[in-house]
Amino acid sequence: MTQAIGNFRRANASLFAVGALLAVFLLLAVLMAANAKDPGMTIQAWTFVALAGTFLVGMCMWAGNPPENDPFDDTEYEDGIIKWGVFASMFWGLVGMLVGVVIALQLTWPNLFYFPELGWTNFGRLRPLHTSAVIFAFGGNVLIATSFYVVQRTCRARLAGGMWPWFVFWGYQIFIVLAATGYLLGVTQSKEYAEPEWYTDLWLTLVWVTYLLVFLATLWKRKEPHIYVANWFYLSFIVTIAMLHIVNNLSIPVDLAGTKSVQVFSGVQDALTQWWYGHNAVGFFLTTGFLAIMYYFIPKRVNRPVYSYRLSIVHFWSLIFIYIWAGPHHLHYTALPQWAQTLGMAFSIMLWMPSWGGMINGVMTLSGAWDKLRTDPVVRMMVVSLAFYGMATFEGPLMSVRAVNALSHYTEWGIGHVHSGALGWVGYISFGALYCLTPWLWKRRGLYSTKLVEWHFWISTIGIIFYIVSMWFAGVLEGLMWRAYNEFGFLEYSFVETVEAKHISYIIRALGGLLYFSGAGVMAYNLVRTALGHGEASAAEATKPDVTSDSEPSLQPAE
Amino acid sequence: MEILDKHGVMERHSLLLTVGILIVVSIGGIIQLAPLFYMENTIEKVDGMRPYTPLELTGRDIYVREGCYVCHSQMVRPLRDEVERYGHYSLAAESMYDHPFQWGSKRTGPDLARVGGKYSAEWQVDHLKDPRALVPESVMPPYAFLAKRKLRFANIENRLKTERIVGVPYTDEMIAGAREHLIAQVDPEADFDAQDDLIALYETAAGRQGTVEIRDYDGDPDTITEMDALVAYLHMTGTLVDFSTYEAEDLSNRR
Amino acid sequence: MSDPSEDIDAHSGVETTGHSWDGIKELNNPLPRWWLISWYISIVWAIGYMIVMPAIPALPGMGTNTLGVWGQSDRTNVATAVTELKTERQASSITLLDASLEEIESDRELQQFALAMGESLFGDNCATCHGAGGRGAKGYPILADDIWLWDGTLDGIETTLRYGIRHDSNDQTRFSMMPRFGRDGILTSSQVDDLAEYVLNFSDRSHDHAAVTRAAPIWQAQCASCHGEIGTGDRSVGAPNLTDAEWLYGSEPRDIRETIYNARNSHMPAWEGRLDDASIKALAVYVHTLGGGE
Ligand code: HEC
Ligand code: HEC
Ligand code: HEC
Ligand code: HEM
Ligand code: HEM
Ligand SMILES: [Ca+2]
Ligand SMILES: [Ca+2]
Ligand SMILES: [Cu+2]
Repeated sequence: MTQAIGNFRRANASLFAVGALLAVFLLLAVLMAANAKDPGMTIQAWTFVALAGTFLVGMCMWAGNPPENDPFDDTEYEDGIIKWGVFASMFWGLVGMLVGVVIALQLTWPNLFYFPELGWTNFGRLRPLHTSAVIFAFGGNVLIATSFYVVQRTCRARLAGGMWPWFVFWGYQIFIVLAATGYLLGVTQSKEYAEPEWYTDLWLTLVWVTYLLVFLATLWKRKEPHIYVANWFYLSFIVTIAMLHIVNNLSIPVDLAGTKSVQVFSGVQDALTQWWYGHNAVGFFLTTGFLAIMYYFIPKRVNRPVYSYRLSIVHFWSLIFIYIWAGPHHLHYTALPQWAQTLGMAFSIMLWMPSWGGMINGVMTLSGAWDKLRTDPVVRMMVVSLAFYGMATFEGPLMSVRAVNALSHYTEWGIGHVHSGALGWVGYISFGALYCLTPWLWKRRGLYSTKLVEWHFWISTIGIIFYIVSMWFAGVLEGLMWRAYNEFGFLEYSFVETVEAKHISYIIRALGGLLYFSGAGVMAYNLVRTALGHGEASAAEATKPDVTSDSEPSLQPAE
Repeated sequence: MEILDKHGVMERHSLLLTVGILIVVSIGGIIQLAPLFYMENTIEKVDGMRPYTPLELTGRDIYVREGCYVCHSQMVRPLRDEVERYGHYSLAAESMYDHPFQWGSKRTGPDLARVGGKYSAEWQVDHLKDPRALVPESVMPPYAFLAKRKLRFANIENRLKTERIVGVPYTDEMIAGAREHLIAQVDPEADFDAQDDLIALYETAAGRQGTVEIRDYDGDPDTITEMDALVAYLHMTGTLVDFSTYEAEDLSNRR
Repeated sequence: MSDPSEDIDAHSGVETTGHSWDGIKELNNPLPRWWLISWYISIVWAIGYMIVMPAIPALPGMGTNTLGVWGQSDRTNVATAVTELKTERQASSITLLDASLEEIESDRELQQFALAMGESLFGDNCATCHGAGGRGAKGYPILADDIWLWDGTLDGIETTLRYGIRHDSNDQTRFSMMPRFGRDGILTSSQVDDLAEYVLNFSDRSHDHAAVTRAAPIWQAQCASCHGEIGTGDRSVGAPNLTDAEWLYGSEPRDIRETIYNARNSHMPAWEGRLDDASIKALAVYVHTLGGGE
């Protein structure tokens, strides 16, 4: 009893701390809004005030009606936040992919989808909106939601920090909105995948460090003696992203109440810092984080043990060690000194097998349950995602070879590679996790409709194939056209001829993207109906089906 | 596999695991990044590089703001076809005052590293307003609104000062005169003293003549628009380094 | 570690590590052999590559990176590649430089060489303004017709290319400035309107005869010096012929008025310095053959 009261006090302290923190930032934001040096800052600061204010008010109202039970009851899992996370993932996923379809259409039919007087609709502003929305808003929410779910289950402990996890979640949504509206306003640092300006970066740093602490503190509370492999991957993702984010965004604001900042590094140093970051955003955000998802959801869903513990260890450490070195493969043949390019290429080749280690461990986990590929489309989706992961991580080292990169760099081939990883691997493993989580969280018997999952799977798979095949074709085509010489030894094609030659590929890509987006729409529909308890999800289960240890969460460790 | 059995320690101590991860992921970055700051052959020794004039700098800010880098690289690679199509391959020295760099990673449009001086200002304006009027196959967005928006440069002194903090050699005179210099560069009939001052300061910094252009860019000499600034920037890109004195074969420049 | 023999997976017969997280166990399978071997091969290969290529940076104060056993450098490689290509083209380039129009036209091989070179250069350097194949665009003359603002001979075209038109920093550039009659207050706005009618009348498109009559003396005073008494233009100053159906800046009355009010005086860059002599010559030959070379 005293223990419970103690917990409640501590948790209440977290309420006040988060409240105070928000109040301080609200004050700062109002000051910045009042002294804004440019219209962008006025809008951004007031947006922040509105969002953080809503969060603060909402929190106060909730705390003002003391719930009967301890809201931070340590004998139960914190699942409310994960429900929100599932919703946010779905929402931002649809937004990001819709913008992807729009920019694909812009490149295909520029006369129809560009508006000369509306600066914010231009490709240059929408493209970063797409990349950030799908990677950070969609991917990031999937990662936060699943990590919070997995760390609780595999530690058999409630999320640590009382109100702080909620700060992580809502703070992250605020970051997303600031970043996205910023791009539309033209507020950008122009560093790919790190475009948000200095104040948004600072806010994200705060949120991210909190995320790390919440995660670590939950690990500290664990009732299992060992930390599960998924959590190694989550942890390395959170730690490394913090490091990358801070270094790559080092910049000095021109004015404390203005949007513009100046990067501390310049030219060649800035370029390598950027791609050290950019490549490892792929390595630690889009790979390590999603491998963590794989390590929980595949064995859980197919109910088989992970294939090899030793492989987990070897491929984990080699993956994170080698990934960091591979950044210079984005800068082959540039003014980056060649020695760095050599390192980038050599380490990318050595990265191939450690990457495949994850794929092997995932796929082989199915041994003894191969039939599920046929019967359970959710499992199929996750296994196909591993196939795409294997493909992208074979293609990546290939493109890292300088001779190949001389052809592929700057072309649509890169876009094809990105999307085989992004649509195939990141997208499918996320969809798989969301399909698992929704019935588990809302305590439904199953999904609203398995048939719709089949539809989703096939529509999206055709979409991916359209997308990546057309881009590979276009990429190799333009790469060859750029370097083609006629019989007299002169360049054969002008640049615009290569633009013209890609038109058909662009049409197919746009169609593929539209299919993929539609598939995600089908999923969203299915998940909403599931949460509402319709269809096959309807008959509420007497016992909670999959979350086996849910009823007695924190008592007996496994050993 | 003895060593693998020891792994249990990491699995039981989250802090040890965290520190282990941090060490392992730091090594590669340190070995690759740090030498770029101290090794002498990172940036070539060249003549002609100077800080951007205030007008060019604000133009570059618009280039950044509009996200031109998502379609245009500014990095000619040392490959035969690129050198023939775009001109001399880009040097590290050419972006040493670029905070941040704009090398780009995708060429939906052509490389712009050496577009300076290739076209006329009128063409740049016509093309930015409506790319497909000039190049029917183009997929570039139209930027007509830039010609209607007045350039904002109230903060220009601070803007230059911040550049100086991160190492761009703007002098006190350059910072103090930033406003006048900006106006003088874009209006051929403006304050002649400011024009002389602008040219003197920036050509001294470059160590050579003829790199500062004074003119109206957008065809409307009465107003300073964002179009003026962007075109001023484009017109200068890739023209600063004096390749007549650059020794490509010198060992320190070979790499 | 707990004793692995404790727990055997029934399906595979492989022992587990003995832990269970939320029902998930781990098998103690060994590392796949093919996987391990492939990885070792990639490591050996990578080490070899780092030995032959420039790879290892120096510690502070200890000079430069390792240069690699093969002594490779992208920058020397590209210099070699370009030199090779230039040597290959050199013989023909030198012949081309000195050849007259007749010589080029009579030497098929040389002509083809020049056209291949010219066409290649035209695509990236000129077509952006003059359109693919010289079809022109508003403000940028058609090169595929036989109407010339300046000079349509081979040498004339070459001069235009080399020095540009109104190219500020070249003192041999083709130069002439049509005054900004309206903007600079040389003529009143209504006089400009009248002149527009007058110009339209050259191609029988004017409907306002009073205006034409009013404008006639102004034309003779202000415009005839360049565009000629009867508007046929003067190629020595690049003043277009206004009596034909070709319009550089559009045929609408509005476009014509705008030209008279503001003048255009557009620029074409000088290519000297950007392109070498042979390239400029080849471009001149190419433009000359596009349609209307004189
Ligand atoms: C959707 C992609 C896209 C965006 C965004 C874009 N461009 Fe382009 N750009 C192109 C394409 C394609 C071409 C080649 C066809 C043409 O000349 O229009 C081009 C050509 C150009 C050229 C001519 C280069 C040459 O050597 O012929 C310039 C200059 C240029 N763009 C500047 C810009 C600037 C400045 C911006 C940002 C304000 C920008 N572009 C944004 C696609 C884009
Ligand atoms: C920036 C745009 C631009 C580029 C690039 C350009 N030109 Fe021009 N060019 C013009 C303009 C504008 C004129 C007409 C100038 C005038 O009003 O007299 C012109 C005129 C000419 C003329 C004279 C036509 C006549 O009727 O006398 C020739 C020949 C010509 N260009 C060829 C070329 C070639 C060949 C190239 C490529 C090496 C080229 N141009 C590149 C803009 C350009
Ligand atoms: C100093 C010489 C000069 C004088 C005087 C002059 N022009 Fe011109 N005019 C030019 C030149 C040169 C051009 C081509 C400009 C260009 O290419 O930018 C031109 C172009 C034009 C055009 C555009 C033709 C087209 O194809 O679009 C019109 C119309 C015109 N002039 C009318 C007049 C009228 C009317 C007057 C007298 C009020 C006049 N000009 C006086 C030199 C002159
Ligand atoms: C072994 C693993 C991988 C290696 C070695 C690798 C290598 C590469 C290379 C060489 C490029 C092209 C750089 C260029 O020429 O511009 C690239 C681009 C990219 N890859 Fe991978 N890749 C790997 C796996 C993945 C995965 C799994 C994803 C998941 C989504 C991914 C996402 C991306 C992205 C987003 C880019 C584009 C970066 C940009 O230019 O904006 N990669 N990768
Ligand atoms: C409906 C689905 C999608 C469509 C239609 C789509 C379309 C596009 C388009 C048109 C581009 C710009 C390519 C260019 O500049 O030439 C792009 C870039 C990109 N997209 Fe997508 N996309 C989709 C989904 C996704 C998803 C789910 C992700 C990640 C999880 C993603 C990640 C990226 C990245 C990282 C880039 C930048 C690539 C680079 O810079 O090399 N996309 N996308
Ligand atoms: Ca940033
Ligand atoms: Ca102006
Ligand atoms: Cu990479």
